[in-house]
Amino acid sequence: MTAAATASSVRTGERRAREVVEEALSLVESGDGALHAFNNVLIEEALAAADEVDRRVAAGVDPGPLAGVPVALKDNLCTRGVATTCSSRILDGWRPPYDATVVARLRDAGAVVVGKTNMDEFAMGSSTENSAFGPTRNPCDPSRVPGGSSGGSAAAVAAGFVPVALGSDTGGSIRQPAALCGVVGVKPTYGLVSRYGLVAFASSLDQIGPFAATVEDAALALEVIAGHDPCDSTSIAEPAPSLVAVLGDGVEGLRVGVVRELTDGCDADVRARLAEAVAGLESAGAKVEEVSVPAAAYGLSAYYLIAPAEASSNLARYDGVRYGLRVQGTDVAAMYGRTRAAGFGPEVKRRIMLGTYALSAGYYDAYYGQAQRVRTLIIRDFDAAYRDHDLLVSPTTPTTAFPIGAKADDPLAMYLSDVCTVPSNLAGQPAMTVPFGRGDDGLPVGVQVLAPARGEAVMFRAAAVLEAHAP
Amino acid sequence: MPGMPRRISRDDVAHVAWLARLDVTDDELERFTEQLGAILEHAADVAALDTSGVPPTAHPLPLANVLRDDVPHESLDRDEVLAEAPTAEDGRFRVPRILGGDA
Repeated sequence: MTAAATASSVRTGERRAREVVEEALSLVESGDGALHAFNNVLIEEALAAADEVDRRVAAGVDPGPLAGVPVALKDNLCTRGVATTCSSRILDGWRPPYDATVVARLRDAGAVVVGKTNMDEFAMGSSTENSAFGPTRNPCDPSRVPGGSSGGSAAAVAAGFVPVALGSDTGGSIRQPAALCGVVGVKPTYGLVSRYGLVAFASSLDQIGPFAATVEDAALALEVIAGHDPCDSTSIAEPAPSLVAVLGDGVEGLRVGVVRELTDGCDADVRARLAEAVAGLESAGAKVEEVSVPAAAYGLSAYYLIAPAEASSNLARYDGVRYGLRVQGTDVAAMYGRTRAAGFGPEVKRRIMLGTYALSAGYYDAYYGQAQRVRTLIIRDFDAAYRDHDLLVSPTTPTTAFPIGAKADDPLAMYLSDVCTVPSNLAGQPAMTVPFGRGDDGLPVGVQVLAPARGEAVMFRAAAVLEAHAP
Repeated sequence: MPGMPRRISRDDVAHVAWLARLDVTDDELERFTEQLGAILEHAADVAALDTSGVPPTAHPLPLANVLRDDVPHESLDRDEVLAEAPTAEDGRFRVPRILGGDA
């Protein structure tokens, strides 16, 4: 049952939130042993929150647009008093003293948090294999990865445990796993959703967004979590956009560009699905043509310098002093070195060192400075493309879901699976993936819709058309 | 336009690990040197681009000095925060000695 249908039946008193949440919890209990989408299932807390929703309905108070909807949260979103691990040993057992703004907004809208989902450690990865607690499996084929880094949230929605989950997207960490698991995933405009209470990875790129089984549910969830927050100084000082209301507006007359640089390197079956998606948009009245965004070809290289550079600075806070793991040393420097060696996994160490190197004396200009200038070029090229186009499209990922272990020992091969998604993060622009058929191997393919900053409404209109035309 | 840097060496990686306060084993040094070399080689396309006259972008939003009204508000509870610390004493975080250890 969709989030929209669930909320409407709970609001009218037709169904009790308690029933809805018990059903979700029993699906998790019977199905998650094989998938490991969740790090932590919050049975007591969820049932208490559901009862509170039911009390409000009984008292004649509207619990909100997500009344009684079970939701899952990526384990890098702070939940007051509830372990938030980032799937890292260094935060094992830490209980945040506050809720992330998005968590508070979900609760205020009547949603019920049923658990925290597995992820690549500190959101660094594209397969959820970099979790200190073991990998998550793809519900479409358990021998395959669900993608990452928000693989647990993608799997929780794809398995039907919850209709909506939240993730974070720094270089594709919502869109890539959504595509590989066959669900909808949205990376909003930078600043549309507050990052307060999101454990920082790369602060100029990170953005929280929803996973959902339908475009409408994704729109509903984004409306709830979006909007200005004084606790995040990078939050845009404008109200949340209206999205559900425009879903039926269609794409008649819209000009859509297929981004050559994000399409050419993709597998043939993935490109074939994109061609079918384009035909769907055309049949709905859009004018589609190929477009070039030349600097997007350098997106991956720029991203893998900028994101680690920011991460090396953000992750300096894990030093064994204020929270989380401490490994004793005879002085504070020894304690830092040992704590961080024991607490971080290999990919996190790799990125901290890569970022530290890219920022270090003698290399700063060649790597970090150069990547920042390429970022400017990418923004300029997108701006040029949007002068003649309302939207852009591409595949979300170059391939379908790969087998667990296939890229685990080759960081560079893993990074290449983000090639279609990183440019939007560098540009701060919104993009989302809509499931569109299957590859030759029977696994889901996602089509990515990209829009200019604050272009969520038109992006969702196209997503709704693609959903209607999907095979 | 900045010149192409030379390939990262084992000593560079050891230095970077020290800067990042990250103890690494000999095995890790070996592996990280090779892996970081491959990643940086892939980034050579960026390092080699002619970007003269292009300003850097640090952030997607044109923001400067986001200020709020100077009004007191509630902050986190000190005891609740200190309860998460590995060790605390007298309302403060307790750490090992800062000078003169084995580092």
